[in-house]
Amino acid sequence: MSAFPKSESNWPFELLIPAVGFALAWVLPDQLGFLTQIATTAILVLALDLVTGYAGIVTLGHAAFFGLGAYAAGLFAIHLVSEPISGLFVGGLAGMLLAIPSGAIVLRARGLSLIMMTIAIAQIVLEIANKSRALTGGDDGLSGIELRPIFGAFAFDIFGQTGFVYSVAVLTLCMFVLRRVMRSPFGLTCEGIREDRMRMSAMGCNVKRHLTAAYALGGFFAGIAGALSAQTVQVVGLHSLSFSTSAEALVMLILGGTGRLWGALIGTLLFMFIHHIAAELDPFRWMFTIGGMLIAVVLIMPGGIVNSLDQIGARLGSKGVRHG
Amino acid sequence: MVDALAIKNLDKQFGALTVASDICFSLPVGARTALIGPNGAGKTTLINMVTGSLKPTRGTIEYFGKDISAEPQSARARAGLLRTFQVTRVFKPLTVVDNIRLAVVQRRGTAMNLFQDLRRADDINQEVFGILTQLELADSAERRVDSLAYGERRLVELALALAGRPKVLLLDEPAAGVPKSESSVIMRAIERLPPDLAILFIEHDMDIVFRFARNIIVLVAGSILVSGTPRDISENKQVREIYFGSRHHAVD
Repeated sequence: MSAFPKSESNWPFELLIPAVGFALAWVLPDQLGFLTQIATTAILVLALDLVTGYAGIVTLGHAAFFGLGAYAAGLFAIHLVSEPISGLFVGGLAGMLLAIPSGAIVLRARGLSLIMMTIAIAQIVLEIANKSRALTGGDDGLSGIELRPIFGAFAFDIFGQTGFVYSVAVLTLCMFVLRRVMRSPFGLTCEGIREDRMRMSAMGCNVKRHLTAAYALGGFFAGIAGALSAQTVQVVGLHSLSFSTSAEALVMLILGGTGRLWGALIGTLLFMFIHHIAAELDPFRWMFTIGGMLIAVVLIMPGGIVNSLDQIGARLGSKGVRHG
Repeated sequence: MVDALAIKNLDKQFGALTVASDICFSLPVGARTALIGPNGAGKTTLINMVTGSLKPTRGTIEYFGKDISAEPQSARARAGLLRTFQVTRVFKPLTVVDNIRLAVVQRRGTAMNLFQDLRRADDINQEVFGILTQLELADSAERRVDSLAYGERRLVELALALAGRPKVLLLDEPAAGVPKSESSVIMRAIERLPPDLAILFIEHDMDIVFRFARNIIVLVAGSILVSGTPRDISENKQVREIYFGSRHHAVD
């Protein structure tokens, strides 16, 4: 038995997310803003896991879709409709609409050139947002995002309680959808392409088209994450499009374990908590803690936390079987 | 009846190096044709060109009378022109079942389906288990491929091609690297393939070649030296000198 539920298991393990979320909120009632931020970041890392962990496209520019989704949802709320659920879809759609053409470009390359192109595209989007002050507020950020109550009933409050419950619910729903996608023909085909493109092509798979679709879906979920961030923080800054947002998401994913949805969640939770605590203890040298932790995980648990714990579990399990 | 596969005047040059020159042959429906030749003769290169992973410099490839020279590899595969690889290319971290499901899904063209639960897709799973039974792999169904012995991996390799319901099957040394004791399973599986399937296989083991082939093509330095029935080939002086070499001289 695997220590972490693989996508094959039937149980609604998604429900662990609200369980853990509310337990954390009960322990840390004055940290709801931080916990909300974890939930939104977790969606971004899940989206990145779909692209990098499952489809094997290593990218350092996924913040482009996150940031664009955030700006799109922010602008949508300010200028058009301040209903939050439709805002999420607008964010997701914006991420996807950027991912389709940019995917068609970057997926022509592989390896290092591909990574470079993903960085370049994210930098271009960042620069456009920076220069379009009239629309985005430039480096002052986009503020004034006011939202109507969710379903007309749950108003966003200054303590962030509604925002927290809302973001946990959206994360749970995203996990629910992604777990199903990963056991579908689409998800399995992504894994096949990650392992051996040439073989997939020899079996009749249109590899380019499939990768573009996976990239688009990754853009969609990153856009939803961005929109959720815009709605709960009520400000969108240029940082949402920055290289460090992309890089941190990748670090969280590697920490937790690529190619496993639970890896994305656990990596995010761990990274953000350690970041939070280390920065509080020492605001100038927290990077050392994070760096040290990353090196330790890579050395001790190659493949990330979830995959390594699974291997240990499998070893113990098989020993148990052998002895009786 | 139109040939399953017809290769016409196929050339391939890498710069000044010619790896295929004026190759012409055809496979009728139900063919059992062996492609033999010394190392570096261009056998795998030929398969790469037929399946579309390598673009020939000149020449045409006809599949059931239709020119498919411009079709990409994936389209040829979906039409039933399938191959196996000399060096096993299976999906190691996935289970045997998932490997075959992957191939079935590609053939059906449902790879874009986002929400079908593969564990409950009864029609797919029935087909998968049919293939596993055919290849005597059913006992290993839920095991990860990287935990299998090499002989079994070769069977998975073959299963991936069969799941595509081939009309023309190109086997690149199906038993390469497998100990004799295990290769009999692979050979049995190949013997049981449908009689109307056209098979071209590369093989170095002459016992296997003479057991299975009804036709043999001898490729030397990128061109066809001679082709014919096993009897013609074994009696051909040139072939014996170039290919069978010292062994036959020693017997003489």
